Amino acid sequence: MVLLQRPHILLLLIDTHQFLQCWIAFGSANEEGQQQEEFSEELLVKPLPDHKLLAHFHFQSSAPPSTSNGCHHHLFPKAISQLVQKFRVKEMELSFTQGRWNYESWGGFDPISSSNAKPPGVELWAVFDVPQHHIDASWKNLTHTLSGLFCASINFLESTATYSTPEWSFPPASGNVRYGTLPCEAVCTENLTPWLKLLPCRDKAAIALLLDRPSLYRGFYHSQRLHLTSTESSSEGIDSGIILEQTLTVVLQPNSERAIEVHASEKHVQPSWSLSSIFGKQVSGRCVLAKSSSVYLLLDRGLVAELKFPNKENGKSAANGLTSENFWSNPSFELSVNPDRIFLEESSSHSKSLSILYMFQVEKYSESEPFDIGLMWKVPVAWLCQQTPLHASRFFMGSGNERGAIAISLKSTQFTEGFMSANSKDGSCELRVDVFQVVPWYVKVYFHSLRVFVDQQPRAVSDFIEKIHVSPSKDKMSPGVMEVVLKLPCRVNTAALTIEFDKGFLRIDEYPPDANQGFDIPSAIISFPNFHASMVFLEDDSLNRSPLLSKFQEKCPVMSYTEVLLVPLTTPDFSMPYNVITIKCTVFALYFGSLLNVLQRRVAEEERFLKAKAAKKTGRLPLLLSKLSAKLRGRRREPLHSPPSSSSFINSKLVLKVILVAGLAVGWQYFFS
Amino acid sequence: MAETKEKSLSDEKPKPRVRPIVRLGIFLISHSFHFSVVCCTAGVLALFLLPVLAKNTYISENALMPGSASPMLSNQHVSDGNRLVKDLTNPNSKSSETGIESHKIIAQYMLDLGAEVSFHKFHPQMNQFHPLHFFSSPDSGKIQENYSCSSYGINTVGIIRAPHGDGKEAIVLVTPYNALKSGFGEALSLGIAYSVFSLLTQVTWLAKDIIWLVADSQYGEYAAVAAWLREYQTPKFSSLSTPNAEMCPDVNNLFELKGHSISGSKFSNSFRRAGTMASALVLKVRDQNEQFEDTISIYAEASNGQMPNLDLINVVNYLAVHRQGLRVNVEKLWSLLNSSWLKSLGEIFESLAKVAKSLYPKWKFGIPATEYVEGTATLASSLYYQALGVPTGPHGAFRDYQVDAITLEISPKFSLDKVWRNDILLRGGRLIEGVIRSVNNLLEKFHQSFFLYLLTSPSKFVSVGVYMIAFALLIAPLPMVAASLYVDANSSSNCSKGDSSTPSAITDTDEHSIAIRSWRWLNSAKLVFIVHLWGAIVSLLPYFISQIPDCSPTTSFMIWVLLSILSLLTLNSVLASPLACAKATQEKEWALVKSVTISSVFIGLGLMSVINFATAEIGALLMVPMCLLAQPLKLDVRAGTLRSFCRMICNLVLGHIAFPPAAFFLLKGMLDGFGNANVGDFWMWVESLWAWNSATYLFIVEVTYIFSHG
Repeated sequence: MVLLQRPHILLLLIDTHQFLQCWIAFGSANEEGQQQEEFSEELLVKPLPDHKLLAHFHFQSSAPPSTSNGCHHHLFPKAISQLVQKFRVKEMELSFTQGRWNYESWGGFDPISSSNAKPPGVELWAVFDVPQHHIDASWKNLTHTLSGLFCASINFLESTATYSTPEWSFPPASGNVRYGTLPCEAVCTENLTPWLKLLPCRDKAAIALLLDRPSLYRGFYHSQRLHLTSTESSSEGIDSGIILEQTLTVVLQPNSERAIEVHASEKHVQPSWSLSSIFGKQVSGRCVLAKSSSVYLLLDRGLVAELKFPNKENGKSAANGLTSENFWSNPSFELSVNPDRIFLEESSSHSKSLSILYMFQVEKYSESEPFDIGLMWKVPVAWLCQQTPLHASRFFMGSGNERGAIAISLKSTQFTEGFMSANSKDGSCELRVDVFQVVPWYVKVYFHSLRVFVDQQPRAVSDFIEKIHVSPSKDKMSPGVMEVVLKLPCRVNTAALTIEFDKGFLRIDEYPPDANQGFDIPSAIISFPNFHASMVFLEDDSLNRSPLLSKFQEKCPVMSYTEVLLVPLTTPDFSMPYNVITIKCTVFALYFGSLLNVLQRRVAEEERFLKAKAAKKTGRLPLLLSKLSAKLRGRRREPLHSPPSSSSFINSKLVLKVILVAGLAVGWQYFFS
Repeated sequence: MAETKEKSLSDEKPKPRVRPIVRLGIFLISHSFHFSVVCCTAGVLALFLLPVLAKNTYISENALMPGSASPMLSNQHVSDGNRLVKDLTNPNSKSSETGIESHKIIAQYMLDLGAEVSFHKFHPQMNQFHPLHFFSSPDSGKIQENYSCSSYGINTVGIIRAPHGDGKEAIVLVTPYNALKSGFGEALSLGIAYSVFSLLTQVTWLAKDIIWLVADSQYGEYAAVAAWLREYQTPKFSSLSTPNAEMCPDVNNLFELKGHSISGSKFSNSFRRAGTMASALVLKVRDQNEQFEDTISIYAEASNGQMPNLDLINVVNYLAVHRQGLRVNVEKLWSLLNSSWLKSLGEIFESLAKVAKSLYPKWKFGIPATEYVEGTATLASSLYYQALGVPTGPHGAFRDYQVDAITLEISPKFSLDKVWRNDILLRGGRLIEGVIRSVNNLLEKFHQSFFLYLLTSPSKFVSVGVYMIAFALLIAPLPMVAASLYVDANSSSNCSKGDSSTPSAITDTDEHSIAIRSWRWLNSAKLVFIVHLWGAIVSLLPYFISQIPDCSPTTSFMIWVLLSILSLLTLNSVLASPLACAKATQEKEWALVKSVTISSVFIGLGLMSVINFATAEIGALLMVPMCLLAQPLKLDVRAGTLRSFCRMICNLVLGHIAFPPAAFFLLKGMLDGFGNANVGDFWMWVESLWAWNSATYLFIVEVTYIFSHG
């Protein structure tokens, strides 16, 4: 990935030299050929089939290698560069996500979804450039630093029980990867603010101005991501320094009032929107520190196919000719601003139709004339996004607190069928699916119980699993990791993996405060290495390429995350420690009490005392008591009592008296209250 | 004199003094008769006192916060719901024979809201009796019936994904609906559910996914819900029979319909899931009602006396009473409401409480007599349904998977005008919305409040700590009586052996005989064991009888009786032959046999009270007097005194009453009149009990063998 990106960045840097010279503050420092720190910002807007809108912010800053610049930075956030230097991070990705990516209606095949659809909560992976035995220490320090930087509890990933070491299934396949997730981490503005602080213009100018917190967090999906690659410490000759890529992906509902669309006919018309209506703000002016700031509108393949542009055949010429009326004034929709440029996708093997990208340059606009694009739909349009070859879902089986099973079911989507037929020239077509699953240690997975069902038939595991790597969990030490490479026939309809587990017990101090909610099992990653989500757009000047578009061109495998699962474990009664303490104290009190009693008792003295007491013959109560005790002992002793008749007489008299007095009291109380 | 006494004491007893607790035990054993009478009466009395001792319910989990937000369900949603009701009651929709049309309508409505929709096709699984499956989890086991194309049901499932949620948890809303012969009530319940559903697609506060299950109730409400749950929790990936079923033309037809829909991706014929179920609500609307007020009945009892968390009932009760102005009802034994003896008992308690209050103003335990009678009726039905172990509604299926669920049945004040219908839709919808919102607020699953309780009214409950006292009092005499009987049996034999010899001589006699005597109880234990074995055989017989095809209930009952007698005879001849030889000594042995029986009953009841309290309580009520009074008839006849005659009569009556079929007929006679009682009914009843794997079934057997001692 790093290698791929480097040439583009180099080209970019060279090309933008001219622009940078205009900038006086930097101009003095500039020397011919020296690389400069750069920043560019882009926003991509894409209508989604289910009346929603995807907004994808992409900020990229890059810094030259530190050797050329010392430890001072003009644009690049110092915190990040220090972090990279200190922990020798080669590549790292941190994402905060709220909500779920809907793979069925928002697609899973394009570069945006396969690299920006993240599991809920926090996900962090990092590749280190340190010797093997230092990696864990670096990871720990990194988690602490990041948790300080982003005000999140990433430091919980520090313990060995929470992170794992993927062997080969994780994309940046090398042994130095560490991967950890916190599925229950709540994401809010607290995490966004430090993320924005890394931008040179913060959210004060240009595109970042749109980041209005209430409208962002009202959305259906919100994922903020930070990806950095560095070749700082590589032994190779050329190094491009650090590239920091910050993206924010949100899915929003353009008009929240559904009440408007009452009529059945209007129900299926996509809602019209404009940037100001979605975010409540407009882009005014540009960030002077940014090399480029542009807004893109992407109409994806399905939509373009549905729209049927009138002159599709001369699309290429239109893209070159830049001001082709046909592309932005379509009978079915209308753009409020003329696009500056139009890109057409290069023909891809995956789909018949091609997506179209409209580009708007924000630089042209100023405070007095803010930039605001809007899209007005005139006719109802319905289309489907391109989906992953197999739709994955994961769920629990079984009930009870003892055991259960995890099932990952894969279902072929409509898309695959068409594609497969195109792809399978030779008869034996195979679909490779990588499954990466981390299970916390308290879910004790039995890996031998892995079963594979293909098209509703139980099959031998060895038939379909090409490669499997398992590292069993150690109690309180490390999570269980399972990496599987499945080779499925292309025509497969459904496939399912099931694996059984026992629920473990935790110590009482290991339970979180909300233990009764259950425990999370992080998402499994399902990737399809045979498929690459990439979009290559035809550009006339390939030198001046925007980072977003070059990102789209990268060949990254199609990936999807499954749902987070909630496993209810047996929870103790949390008042138990209190009970234990109480019982312990009671036992101790009894023990020490009796011990002291025995120690301090003098038998002879006591007997003397008893004799004296008996001689005194005090009162009737002791008599009564002795009688009762005698009765308790059994009746044999009764005749031995010397004054039995008198005592019993007194006794009954006494009882009568007591009852009489009590009755009087009761009566008095009753009548005079 | 005292000194001499001391001396004599110390002379007589050189041994260390007996511990007080042991002394107490000896005292109790020696007075076991008085003790047992006192304890039993106290136990029964405590049972009748339970309605008085009931506490007010309170919402224990703070996170629920019921009613803290104003309801958002507006007339807009109500009119949406009304539209669905109209479409469903429209005669055109009923044209199809299989009722698929109305399912299509419901699915289309769900799709229009933007929900994910799927159909779940199921085959009604006949409840099969699995012996010794009483306490196992509801594992789907093996199903290898040959499904026919004609008999299947279709559940329509709609799922709303919470916009901000992580999809780990879900709330289920169930509306049973029979497309073939749906009443207006069912359509109305769908309307309420739909109006809530349409609201929930728009709200932003949703944190848990919402599943709306329209359960096809043509094969029973429970069967449909259970089938869906089985598929949800324990799906089968390998299915050999389904390809067969897919051939059925109707089904394909059903699954084709959505192809042309605009948001086609939302519909799929595969089974859809959301996360772990947090709780479930079953909503029903009764068709006709003669009452003056809109009421809502809560049914909570699940299989084997399991109850949902009390907080769920509390939330519903709170919202219904304080927010929507509905009257809340829990099931009562209506026949008890008019009984005069209960009323007078209530009056006695009331006046006692008055006296107590006047004595000390802080003693406020009295409740009015009418309230007492109602409380007792509710308590009795609560006990009865928990003891029976048969769930009172489709919510029972959820409890098998540790999901808290209740059934709400709205019985509206009946009138036909539109305003009234809107009102019911609005109030019912707001109630459901409030409950869902409360459950949605929950971070953790229900765990704060009680799981073990008996309801005496919707807002009053008796917790486990209180009702266990009554039970403990009731069974406390059993070990005492058993011990005293054992001691008696031993000592009497001692006396008979060594009448002439002094007590010291007895201890001197050969230790060998003592050893034999101390092991003599084994003999009676064997007898008891044989009777138990017979009971087990009798209880397993129906399973085999039910395999016989084409049997009317009456004949199968007869077969059962015959077979059980036969098995008794065989057992007696095979195993109990040594016992028959010892017939001469049997008269002396009866005390030992009784003691062993009583102790085994005690152990059984104690264990049962942990598993299902209500069954144990009712069992104790029947068995404890029987155990204590049981005496061989011969001895009573021989004694010929008035007392023994009374005891004999009691024995005979009790023995007959407690014999399960007799008890069943008596109850049935009391409730329905004796005219229509039939032997076959008992068979049906027993059959229904197996079907629910009820633990009561185990008990019947235990009662049976005690009878055999009479």
